[in-house]
Amino acid sequence: MQYLFKTRYEDDVRFLAKSGEKIRVGLVVLFMLAAPLMLQDYYLAELGLLLVYAIAGIGLMILTGFTGQVSFGHAAFLGIGAYSHSILMARAVPFSLSILITILIAGLVGMIIGRSASKMHGFYLAIATLAFAILIETVFGEWKSLTGGHAGLAVPALKVFGVTLAKVWQQYYVDLVMAGIVIWGASNLFRAPTGRAFIAVRDSELSARSLGVNVEWVKIQAFGVSAAITALAGALLAHQLTFLAPDVFGVLESLKLLLMIVVGGLGSILGAVFGAIFVSVLPVAISFLKDVLPPSIGQKAGLEPLLFGTIIVLFIVFEPLGIYGRWLKLRFFFETFPYYRKASFVRQKSYLKTERMR
Amino acid sequence: MSTPQMLSVRNLSIEFGGVHAVDDVSFDVQPGEVFAIIGPNGAGKSTIFNLISRFYEPTAGSIFYGEHDLLELPAHRIVRMGIGRTFQNIELFEQATVLQNLLVGRHRHMRSNPFREFLFLPGVKKDELVHRRKVEDVIDLLEIARYRDQRISDLPYGARKNVELARALCAEPTLLLLDEPASGLNTEETDDVSFWLEDIKHDLGVTIVMVEHDMNLVARVADRVLAINNGKVIAIGTPDEIRDNVEVQHAYLGAAA
Ligand SMILES: Nc1ncnc2c1ncn2[C@@H]1O[C@H](COP(=O)(O)OP(=O)(O)OP(=O)(O)O)[C@@H](O)[C@H]1O
Ligand SMILES: [Mg+2]
Repeated sequence: MQYLFKTRYEDDVRFLAKSGEKIRVGLVVLFMLAAPLMLQDYYLAELGLLLVYAIAGIGLMILTGFTGQVSFGHAAFLGIGAYSHSILMARAVPFSLSILITILIAGLVGMIIGRSASKMHGFYLAIATLAFAILIETVFGEWKSLTGGHAGLAVPALKVFGVTLAKVWQQYYVDLVMAGIVIWGASNLFRAPTGRAFIAVRDSELSARSLGVNVEWVKIQAFGVSAAITALAGALLAHQLTFLAPDVFGVLESLKLLLMIVVGGLGSILGAVFGAIFVSVLPVAISFLKDVLPPSIGQKAGLEPLLFGTIIVLFIVFEPLGIYGRWLKLRFFFETFPYYRKASFVRQKSYLKTERMR
Repeated sequence: MSTPQMLSVRNLSIEFGGVHAVDDVSFDVQPGEVFAIIGPNGAGKSTIFNLISRFYEPTAGSIFYGEHDLLELPAHRIVRMGIGRTFQNIELFEQATVLQNLLVGRHRHMRSNPFREFLFLPGVKKDELVHRRKVEDVIDLLEIARYRDQRISDLPYGARKNVELARALCAEPTLLLLDEPASGLNTEETDDVSFWLEDIKHDLGVTIVMVEHDMNLVARVADRVLAINNGKVIAIGTPDEIRDNVEVQHAYLGAAA
């Protein structure tokens, strides 16, 4: 068993506290840096896409997994990011400035949505966010002078500090750096007051209030931060898509983001990354399966959504903590080998809430 | 009348669909005392706390804390006045660790700014360490060091009760509202609570208002007791006076019958 001996309070504040964690993260970073040397362009592009979805997943995770505010319309922020960035780049705004403005616009829109949403709960919030996404999709379709409408919008080439980055590996590194910043920054948030207030609002608004947390403001902040990060993913996604159309950011895309964080494991940054891996690998696995299965099954329309749905249901029933929960168990197994016992993860149900205020 | 009042509740009333949960209640709490509120189930004890916390809007009456009118403040500003509380049904952040719970307890004293924290600028770390140290003092006081890194959902009931008290203390309140601090605890744990309450009162100088059913505990720690029934005050006095009060006995017998 690996004990974490703490000798200073700083150990609780540190980014990666366990030595094992450092090694694992180091190896992953090394692999990601060396990936362009090892992978063909096709796979490298897929990896880049995975990183972009990881960023989007973290965006939604902050809102839904950490603050407990469900959003059925997060593709709208992805879309706002993609369109805003493309439109700005087309008007010769430099990359970094365009990204910054895009993030600010989306953050502001997010805060406005958050303000109305801060009074809503559960079902109503789900409907409101869904309605917002449909509205935004309609705007993309109708505001033709700016977005090109349903005819679509060509995304300007990726150009950073005056250098055109047209090669797959160049674009990959941009995605990698951005993903690194977002993962690091989001982790920072949750070892500081803002992130803890998010968690507090998720778990008990009542006691959060009694401890001085302004619940409405926290929800507005969470929507803002979440929207800004998701829009960053949208901006990067635009470069991968090279051509934007409104229906790319429809309800299905919102659902995909939501499924990603549920399958990955709600309430952890790593869960969002696992979720991104899942949605990136699954289509590949499904297309492989299609070749292997007899044509009568393999070629049936609707096989893909069916498998998607089945896997999600299986996760919700058997592993509510998602892939991240699996990972924790696996890690615990190796760290405690050969002393692992299943019971370690069986929740003590020693106490049930009988009655709640409200 | 010349002693300064810390908390001053006047003619406080609230109705829930025709039920007078709190009905024309007045009482004062003096600095440094332990003030107990007793009464049968449904008497309105928790509702008084929820009114002070500003979770409910009273239909009539006033609540003053020193010279501050609490009814002018939103719920999240109450702790900044120095009023901390616990809940009858334990309201902890279930999926967070004990340490995280206690650090939220420090929220009143924290500055938060998502931009600084996203980049974890040096000031953020410095602040974190200061609060971490304060939290550790409370951890020592209530002897919950061994739970420090555990999730609340993995803790037994008694430990949760302690953590909730600890979290309230992390805010460094001057007035502490405790809703049944000993309910569900065994005699040994209840003894611990009574010692801690003494410590909190004497060493930390915190004034305590507590709702409690355990009359032994009340007799041991309370300086004065307020007895209510059906939302109305029936008596106020020392624990002995309250125990001998005929109306109080009636209220409890009536509730039992
Ligand atoms: N939010 C609410 N809505 C409707 N009725 C309420 C609400 N809160 C309290 N009440 C009612 O007010 C009365 C007093 O409730 P309260 O919780 O204050 O009792 P209590 O003295 O704390 O009792 P207990 O000892 O059981 O905790 C009860 O009749 C209760 O049903
Ligand atoms: Mg009560």
